[in-house]
Amino acid sequence: MTFPFLSVITFTPLAAAVLILLIPAERKTEVRVTALAAGVFAILLSLYVYFGYDQAAGGYQFVERYDWVPQLGISYYVGADGLNLPLVLLTAIVMLTGVLISWGVDDRPREFFAFLFLLATGVFGVFVAVDLFHLFFFYEIAVFPMYLLIAIWGWVKTREYAAMKLTLYLFIGSVIALVGALMMFVAVRNFTGENTFDMLAMSAAEQAGAFDFNLVLNNPFTGTPWLASSFQKVVFPFVFFGFAVLGGIFPFHNWSPDGHVAAPTAVSMFHAGVLMKLGAFAALRVGVMLLPEGARFHAPWIVLLTLVNVVYGSFIAMTQQDLKYMIGFSSVSHMGLVAMAFMTINRIGYTGAGLQMFSHGVMTALFFACVGMIYDRAHTRQMPELGGMARKMPWVAVAFIIGGFTSMGMPSLSGFVAELPIFLGVWRARALDVAGLPGWLASLAQQPWYFPAIAVISAVSIVVTAAYVLRAVQRVFFGELPHEFEHHVGDVTVLDKTALVVLCATMIILGLYPAIMAPLIETAVGPVMALLGVQ
Amino acid sequence: MTFNPFNPQTLLAILPEIALVVVAALVMGLDVVWPESRRRSLGLLTAGGFGLAAGLALIFAQPPADHPLIFGGMMRHDGLAFFFRLMFIFSGMIVALLSVDSAGVARKGEYYAVMIGAVIGMNFMAAAADLIMLYLALETTSIALYLLAGFLREDDKSAEAGLKYFLFGAFTSAITLYGFSLLYGFTGQTNLYSLSAALLGGSVPIGSLLVALLLVLVGFGFKVSAVPFHFWSPDVYEGAPTPITAFISVASKAAGFAVLLRVMLVVFPDIERYWGPLIAVISIFTMTLGNTLALAQRNIKRLLAYSSIAQAGYALIGLAALSQTGVAAAIFYLLTYTVTNLVTFGVVILASRVIGSDEIADYAGLSRRSPGLALAFLVGLLSLGGMPPLAGFFGKFFIFMAAIEAGLVWLAVIGVLNAIIGLYYYLTVLKVVYLYRSERDHETIPVPRAYALALGLCAAAVIVLGTAAAPWFGWATNAASSLF
Repeated sequence: MTFPFLSVITFTPLAAAVLILLIPAERKTEVRVTALAAGVFAILLSLYVYFGYDQAAGGYQFVERYDWVPQLGISYYVGADGLNLPLVLLTAIVMLTGVLISWGVDDRPREFFAFLFLLATGVFGVFVAVDLFHLFFFYEIAVFPMYLLIAIWGWVKTREYAAMKLTLYLFIGSVIALVGALMMFVAVRNFTGENTFDMLAMSAAEQAGAFDFNLVLNNPFTGTPWLASSFQKVVFPFVFFGFAVLGGIFPFHNWSPDGHVAAPTAVSMFHAGVLMKLGAFAALRVGVMLLPEGARFHAPWIVLLTLVNVVYGSFIAMTQQDLKYMIGFSSVSHMGLVAMAFMTINRIGYTGAGLQMFSHGVMTALFFACVGMIYDRAHTRQMPELGGMARKMPWVAVAFIIGGFTSMGMPSLSGFVAELPIFLGVWRARALDVAGLPGWLASLAQQPWYFPAIAVISAVSIVVTAAYVLRAVQRVFFGELPHEFEHHVGDVTVLDKTALVVLCATMIILGLYPAIMAPLIETAVGPVMALLGVQ
Repeated sequence: MTFNPFNPQTLLAILPEIALVVVAALVMGLDVVWPESRRRSLGLLTAGGFGLAAGLALIFAQPPADHPLIFGGMMRHDGLAFFFRLMFIFSGMIVALLSVDSAGVARKGEYYAVMIGAVIGMNFMAAAADLIMLYLALETTSIALYLLAGFLREDDKSAEAGLKYFLFGAFTSAITLYGFSLLYGFTGQTNLYSLSAALLGGSVPIGSLLVALLLVLVGFGFKVSAVPFHFWSPDVYEGAPTPITAFISVASKAAGFAVLLRVMLVVFPDIERYWGPLIAVISIFTMTLGNTLALAQRNIKRLLAYSSIAQAGYALIGLAALSQTGVAAAIFYLLTYTVTNLVTFGVVILASRVIGSDEIADYAGLSRRSPGLALAFLVGLLSLGGMPPLAGFFGKFFIFMAAIEAGLVWLAVIGVLNAIIGLYYYLTVLKVVYLYRSERDHETIPVPRAYALALGLCAAAVIVLGTAAAPWFGWATNAASSLF
């Protein structure tokens, strides 16, 4: 039996959380050091798994499988493939840097790190899940600590409101998706006669035709059928949107900027950096991969919603005065690109989606780290009140600018590597199944200019991104240093700088040498394309 | 239907109950002999007695494979009865531990003796296979609980709780008895299994049978506090001594479910297409009403009362699914709910001893005053809300799965939406506990050892049920199989 890497990665944060709770409350340094040790350990293991994955062999590797509830075919089943490995690495990076920049948390640090790490365990668990139940189990674990983290340690003005809003949004999404998933389970069981939550087996059953039946809604009085529609077409939107809520998809993105802003820095990093990917990832794994016909059918209109995400998100970001709100809306805009890439149903788009999830995760974590450092020292995030910070915090200024360039897709940084394939993918996308769509939408989606137009419009939104990022850089870091900051604003600590360097280095490495990640992602995109029935 | 003749060996089947009677007598005797200062040990003795009964049950009272009807058909020695009896004994033990330092009840022998009586009644409710036995067990339990609810005689609220509980209980139980008499009148049988055979094939007109079923349902609905028979529960929960509130909310409700499941599935399987939808409708109202009214509560005991109404609604979904998976899910749900609610009430008991109030607002600063207690509260409330890795998640998951399996997708959707309303108010309580400060943040809350043991046991059970659910669900399935 080989070493259970993925389980150890998943449960490292949990073990650290338990250990931290056992440390007496007043020994805060021990708490922080334990947290840091767990972060380092997780990142080392993630790197090992990332580079140990055999790309030639493909498929799921580092697989572990144990019976969990055998009566219902539920198993503890984890595996690594080209789609989840970058995200596992991302989570480890954000976890480590999150600990580094949270050194200053002084109110009940025990509970803070314990909840943060419980969240991390949930996130790891979802990314490595191969079993559908396993995925849900950890998904919920990833969501609820967020409530306490924001409500307790968040920004006093909005934390109670934002925490509750976020939790309710995400829960409504996840339970709706859960109902859809259970319907899939029952459909597979009726087809194969076997209880299973194994997504590979469910996927195989789907390919064999387990979902090829109509859902019928009977008139309760006469018993005659009212509506009948194919299972995949009905269930897909519920499952996809149920998860994509966490990915910030329009029109369910509303929780996200409020949540980002109210959360303490490390939690914002986790939240925007990792949790939003969790939603997108689950929407892909459960929505697109288990219901590919549904994805093909609904793509032409969902892509319009994602376009709204991209364009509207960046325009709203431009109007913000609060630096953190600006980043929050920019996340909505960038995550829209991921969802848009899912709707391309082609290989290059999906590769771009994989890269964008990683790239955006690192970039947005960096942004929130920078904003947190500024706020901790200047006690304001209002751009008009700030200025000249480059003189006081040169490291933060450089890091923010690198992040800004990444976000506007500057070549040689990871944003370019990720966004270019997405635009190419959208350009090449075609409407695949239009039968059954409303007539106007079907004819619109079949126009040869439909997807290219979407690609052009969303690419143009990059200009808007450049506008708000550059404006923020200019207002916050350059110009005149306000008089009152002259004395009490100091430079950031060594730990903060380490975190910034790690995040910047990741973006630069990926930008200069995309071959470190793109081929890995492609190994997993192939099978997804096969499920979707395209080349 | 043939009954086994009396055989001294069948006495083993009720050995745990016999032991409990002995313990009750012992407690009453020692209450007279011991001076006031030693009487704290009465609670520990009772808890030990329950532990002994559980051990005896596991060793001697395992049900045989053929599920015989014993004592002239009065009881059925099957998996369902066994599962529920262990659950009642366990809740009795925890409640006894949670009582040892509760003001007004802790040092009174009769309190523990009556509580043991209630558990014996519940045990017989779970095993009863005859209308006569069922009614006797029901009344044994109820009368004991009326006494316990009104135990704090000087406290007006407690007295009111006792009286209210008694009036509602007596009324509904009379209606149920009338239903029983109709069933007897139709068939001339009192044994549930003979009744079932006699009703098979439509010898009785469906209309009259449905009337009897509805009448019977009234008393059971009262026991499980299903809407519209729930009115008693907030007032009784608020007024009764808190350990008894915990006891009523878990054991009494589970006992109600034990008889509900058995009577519905054994006596009326023929007309399940009528009462299945009815149960579904009751479950919708129970969940929705419980959850929405809980939103407005300021008192933690009232909030938990409405929450426990809602929880009964989820369990009813399992019955409405009319399948073995559904019943197994309902039984498993009751198990998770029992351990979870005991944790939650354990914290309420401890906290209210110190803060001297049951207002939610007064829980401010609890996480600073006692991080461990706050964590236990977190475990309890989040498990009620259905969060993994806690018991409630698996409970709800199985319930919703059973519903979808039975084609009741709409019922599952209503259920999950209700779960979100539930989560909202559980989180609101946690917000007060973790977020707000009080003036007494630096005074710690003492946790006596008996309470720590009880809370630790239940919290561990919540986590075990929430992670390694498979064997427990297997037992619940086994228990459910004895009804099909």
